[in-house]
Amino acid sequence: MKPAKFDYYRPKDLPEALSLLESSGFDGKIIAGGQSLVPIMNMRLATPECLIDINGLQDLNFIESDDRVLKIGTMTRQNTVETSQLIKDQCGLVTEAVAHIGHLQTRNRGTIGGSIVHADPSAELPLVMMALNGTLHISSEDETRSVKAEDFFLTFLTTDMMPNEMLTEVHLPIWKGRVGSSFQEVARRHGDFALVAAACQLELDAHDRISDIRLALGGVEAIPLLISDAKELLAGERLTDAALQKVADVVAGSVEPESDLHASAAYRTQLAKVLTTRVVHQAYERAKGSAVCP
Amino acid sequence: MSLTEINVTINGKAYSEWVEPRMLLSDFIRETCGLTGTHVGCEHGVCGACTISMDGAAVRSCLIFAVQADNREIKTVEGLACNGEMTALQKNFVECHGLQCGFCTAGILMSITDFLEKNPQPSTKEIKETLSGHLCRCTGYDGIVKAVQKTVQDNQKEVLQRS
Ligand SMILES: Cc1cc2nc3c(=O)[nH]c(=O)nc-3n(C[C@@H](O)[C@H](O)[C@H](O)COP(=O)(O)OP(=O)(O)OC[C@H]3O[C@@H](n4cnc5c(N)ncnc54)[C@H](O)[C@@H]3O)c2cc1C
Ligand code: FES
Ligand code: FES
Repeated sequence: MKPAKFDYYRPKDLPEALSLLESSGFDGKIIAGGQSLVPIMNMRLATPECLIDINGLQDLNFIESDDRVLKIGTMTRQNTVETSQLIKDQCGLVTEAVAHIGHLQTRNRGTIGGSIVHADPSAELPLVMMALNGTLHISSEDETRSVKAEDFFLTFLTTDMMPNEMLTEVHLPIWKGRVGSSFQEVARRHGDFALVAAACQLELDAHDRISDIRLALGGVEAIPLLISDAKELLAGERLTDAALQKVADVVAGSVEPESDLHASAAYRTQLAKVLTTRVVHQAYERAKGSAVCP
Repeated sequence: MSLTEINVTINGKAYSEWVEPRMLLSDFIRETCGLTGTHVGCEHGVCGACTISMDGAAVRSCLIFAVQADNREIKTVEGLACNGEMTALQKNFVECHGLQCGFCTAGILMSITDFLEKNPQPSTKEIKETLSGHLCRCTGYDGIVKAVQKTVQDNQKEVLQRS
């Protein structure tokens, strides 16, 4: 289990990294935390001819906010994200989700951007990006563009990015008001990829009625699944058991999970229903108890 | 590609070596530096046997290339004891039967050392969560959890005595 030979480059800044990526064409690969890439290289499922190591790009390691948008640099380690008070205060859904990624030892190295670009259907961060409709900032040598999460994930392990492009930062909208969120998943063991995961964020008006809600599920399809009907079903109402049941039924009707070694399709569908009711309920209770942000 | 020169500090000692980019840090530590206390189990990040400390954080050495450790500070299990005296955690592993064959032990010691530094008074749940990053096929984990808990208590006593 040793990787195949490759050329190794350690650019000092973003322009150098992008120029290397451009010149290496389809043979080049970015290495960030290496926690997904190196296992598949060791197993020779990936044999890139040229590795471009962005661990030295300190400019891509940051957490900032301007009150409306939370900005996280792609090289920010998952462990740094998990322990950031700023992220916890402004986008607690991220903090709650990151704790489920692998283990302390992999989060010390794995990055926020690496997980999003890797786009595993069960991964926590792509799900959170979808749930909050974050924006991905992407650069190539001669272009910079941004893509909404809803357009970024294409299929299993595949995103809208080209081989000459790099993710540089992710932006998440900061919700104000009476906001609550919840992330829950079921995995075989702590640290394993989720069988099914669910994420919800909602906002209440002064009378505990839902004014906005985003709900998404992971592990049920090739990409995180946004339940866009959730808003129509729940907005304008207080949360009741009947309403929760209705959302769960819609979820059960819209997911088409596959059976595999770890879980049958029927079990995944059941998990999707149960986790939906749990996250919506918990997000609602949290929003009711939340202090109103200034 | 040709060889690349790297300078790494391991357990306080400076190493300057030429390596192929594809050499894993775990192999560098074991084969080039001869520090065989770090073990290699799965080579894909799952078992935790190869865990070391790099710049103060517990990481899998099988998921890092040796070239990436250039100018970094590494600690392996050989670097834990000070002047031949084992750390409290190591002693408690002996006392609480935290190991049998010892294959997993070096990695667990490196993880828990980092963990306790950042979280000196963890709950049993937090201890177990951290241990979920390690596979032990012998002990059933009970002795390991006890060794960590006893270390937490010992550290607390020491803090109280000092104040
Ligand atoms: C034991 C174990 C358990 C795990 N459990 C989970 C889990 O439960 N949930 C989960 O989500 N993940 C899990 N992971 C994977 C997670 O740890 C990885 O950190 C993450 O998937 C990839 O991030 P990375 O920074 O390590 O990226 P890398 O492995 O370095 O890169 C992954 C891919 O993204 C590309 N890439 C990285 N950064 C950029 C960039 N800025 N621009 C363009 N392309 C880029 C690389 O070229 C590569 O194709 C686990 C890993 C291990 C070893
Ligand atoms: S050998 Fe590195 S985690 Fe198993
Ligand atoms: S003591 Fe044998 S594997 Fe843990």
